[in-house]
Amino acid sequence: MTTVLEEAGEERAGRNEGPTGLITDVIEFSAVDGPGNRFVIFTQGCNLNCIACHNPYTINPCIDCGDCVVSCPSGALSLDAAGSVLWDAASCTGGDTCIDVCKYDSTPKARTLAVADLIARIRPAAPFLSGVTVSGGEATQQAGFVRALFTALKADTELARLTCFVDTNGFTDAATWQLLSPVMDAAMVDLKCLDDAIHRRMTGSGNERILASIQLLAAAERLHEVRLLLLPGVNDANDLLAETARWLAAVDPRMRIKVIGFRHHGVRPTAIPLREPSAEQRARYADILRAGGDFDLAVV
Amino acid sequence: MESFRTEAEQLVTSAALGYDQKIRRLAGLAVSALPCPDLSPLCAEALQARVICDMYEGNAPFTPRYVLPDYAKALRNGVRHLELEPPTNLDDALSFLTILYSQVPSVTTYPVYLGDLDALLEPFVPAELPDAELDAKLRRFWIQLDRMLPDAFVHANVGPGDSRVVRSIWRVERTLRQVVPNLTLKVSAETPDDLIEDAVRTVFVTGKPHFVNHPMMVADHGTDYAVVSCYNSLKTRGGAHSLVRLNLKEAVARHVGGIDAFCEEALPHWVELTAELGEARIRSLVEHAAFFETNFLATEGLIDIDRFSLMFGIFGLAECVNDLMAREGFEDARYGHDERADAAAHRLTRRVAELVAARPLPYCGGGGGFAYLHSQSGIDLDLDTTAGTRIPIGDEPGLREHIATCAPHHALFAAGISDIFHVEETVKANPQAMVDVIRGALSVGMRDFTFNLDSNEFIRITGYLVRKSDLVGIEEHGSRHSSDYLAATAEINHTVTTRAVKRITAAELSPRG
Repeated sequence: MTTVLEEAGEERAGRNEGPTGLITDVIEFSAVDGPGNRFVIFTQGCNLNCIACHNPYTINPCIDCGDCVVSCPSGALSLDAAGSVLWDAASCTGGDTCIDVCKYDSTPKARTLAVADLIARIRPAAPFLSGVTVSGGEATQQAGFVRALFTALKADTELARLTCFVDTNGFTDAATWQLLSPVMDAAMVDLKCLDDAIHRRMTGSGNERILASIQLLAAAERLHEVRLLLLPGVNDANDLLAETARWLAAVDPRMRIKVIGFRHHGVRPTAIPLREPSAEQRARYADILRAGGDFDLAVV
Repeated sequence: MESFRTEAEQLVTSAALGYDQKIRRLAGLAVSALPCPDLSPLCAEALQARVICDMYEGNAPFTPRYVLPDYAKALRNGVRHLELEPPTNLDDALSFLTILYSQVPSVTTYPVYLGDLDALLEPFVPAELPDAELDAKLRRFWIQLDRMLPDAFVHANVGPGDSRVVRSIWRVERTLRQVVPNLTLKVSAETPDDLIEDAVRTVFVTGKPHFVNHPMMVADHGTDYAVVSCYNSLKTRGGAHSLVRLNLKEAVARHVGGIDAFCEEALPHWVELTAELGEARIRSLVEHAAFFETNFLATEGLIDIDRFSLMFGIFGLAECVNDLMAREGFEDARYGHDERADAAAHRLTRRVAELVAARPLPYCGGGGGFAYLHSQSGIDLDLDTTAGTRIPIGDEPGLREHIATCAPHHALFAAGISDIFHVEETVKANPQAMVDVIRGALSVGMRDFTFNLDSNEFIRITGYLVRKSDLVGIEEHGSRHSSDYLAATAEINHTVTTRAVKRITAAELSPRG
């Protein structure tokens, strides 16, 4: 346990712990990021590197190389005196050439926002919302910011009714969940694969911490759902899915599970070709998983 | 007389129109052959130029435009004129209502209001009647309504409370997928979330119901109100004598000067002429045709002239505002996209409301002696003019901005206002998200919230529904629903199917800015 906490301490030294976050973007209304209509905040930076990542430009912070500045067709990007890339939202035409040319899986459009900035954006949308979800990138990479945001929401009489969710890859430690626990209503966790070796091939890291996060959140009644992104020929073998169902059922036999069939949208070119599952394959996923537990299971 | 004969001949020989549709149109033609009520030369000229409009109701009104009978009273006391005793069970109640509907007049020739069906029918539903049998009875009733009253302006209300009848209606709606009846769910704090969610699931299938702000309606009309035809909110046991409307686009085209002069000089002029047209039509209906002295609904107390008024409509607000913005030197300020334009739009509707509230009208006890304001959603013949106070089709901003632009108008329009929102398919997997949006829209002051999926087989034209498939080939073989003919022209003239789709979106795919 000591080692885990030490690791956590080392990692946190590099994290943004203040009341500002590095934010890729926000969406006022989303129907696909938790229960009801939700305001979604995407944080920039992720500690996994998944082959099937749908928004790889959220993986790294910008290193100010300037490649995108010269490529921008609308002149919305420039370098300031200190050599930092500046993005002018007003002249941006949204063609995303900057993201296409970036060699570092980043975007020049992420910006540092204070908790107060986000509260000001959430407030006019609040009458239409069930809650707020922080997604990413990886939200727990900026756990201090997330905690500060949720604390501010819970302390605001107008906004306190909003539920505060985190959409996470689960690749973090118990200390992070302890930090968030007093103000976080629930988390939605991606499980890329139960098999550690396959998980490493898919994400660059093992799954031990992710499995521990799922167990910890479920025990604390803070687990809203587990998402399984399934790629034909990569992580969809019948026995692997059956094993996954058994493992999840041992955590919570009535767990809410969302099975997501892989889609090419936004994904980077990969060494191994990735395929989208057919309708029959999706149906098979559901059948095998349902056989393992009385899950609240949806396939999307 | 020559054109009368030509038009009558065309109706008689039409291969597309059915027997019933021919009779109704021939009757309309006959009424149009009568002289118009007397108007001042200025008013007649404005009508001729279509700056003001009588909705082509016919020159000599002999029935109010919208009639909202007190069906509860009819069921309680029976109807002498129709030799109907008060029903004592559900089958008799459904039969009683079906008969009564056939005798309820309106401008469309079909009843625009079928009652608050949950409140009317719930007392006839015994606790021991299984859901399956209730569904079967209502299903039979629903098929009768669609086949015998084939017009999308035929409208039933439910809510705000929960009941077995309203739940059954959603189930029947989702299995039958009919155009008729149009439906409104009254929503208040007492309406449970899961009833709204059940209604949202029904919208996914049939595009119905509308969701209306019950507390706002009660504040304007009292508890005895209903939403009829498209989305016209009126007092029950009452109605609207007529609907006249002012085309703000045409009014501004005849105006020299900026927005101040438009509010202080032009609007008083046109509002007075519109009111004059309305008054002439009311007097013709009440004093000349003597409807309220002769019709059994009035003589048996199922309607009361003191609960009627005139509907005063406006439309073309978007074009009017954009034109005035250009005159003020803000060429790029567009309604729905610019704070200055939105503020001007709100100023214009407030000014119209003020003028209408200062113009007394006869036989308008329902409105306290004045007309009700109505955001008129257009008719099939309007060209390049946006319905009511809506943002032009295809130019609508994001959902929250759209609501923020429209909501401030809603409180002013007691007789109805609507904006139609198209949302993406992804919301189907999360109907609670739409419940959130509906609650939010009503809480920020929307009177009506109407939405549809962009993929739906049903589309809303102005406020009524059509099935896309029913419009295919309508010129050749016609359609069973009379409203489909209006929709076919509306689709050609307004491309209503190109409404901007709201992105309550698949955010996990792309948060790109």
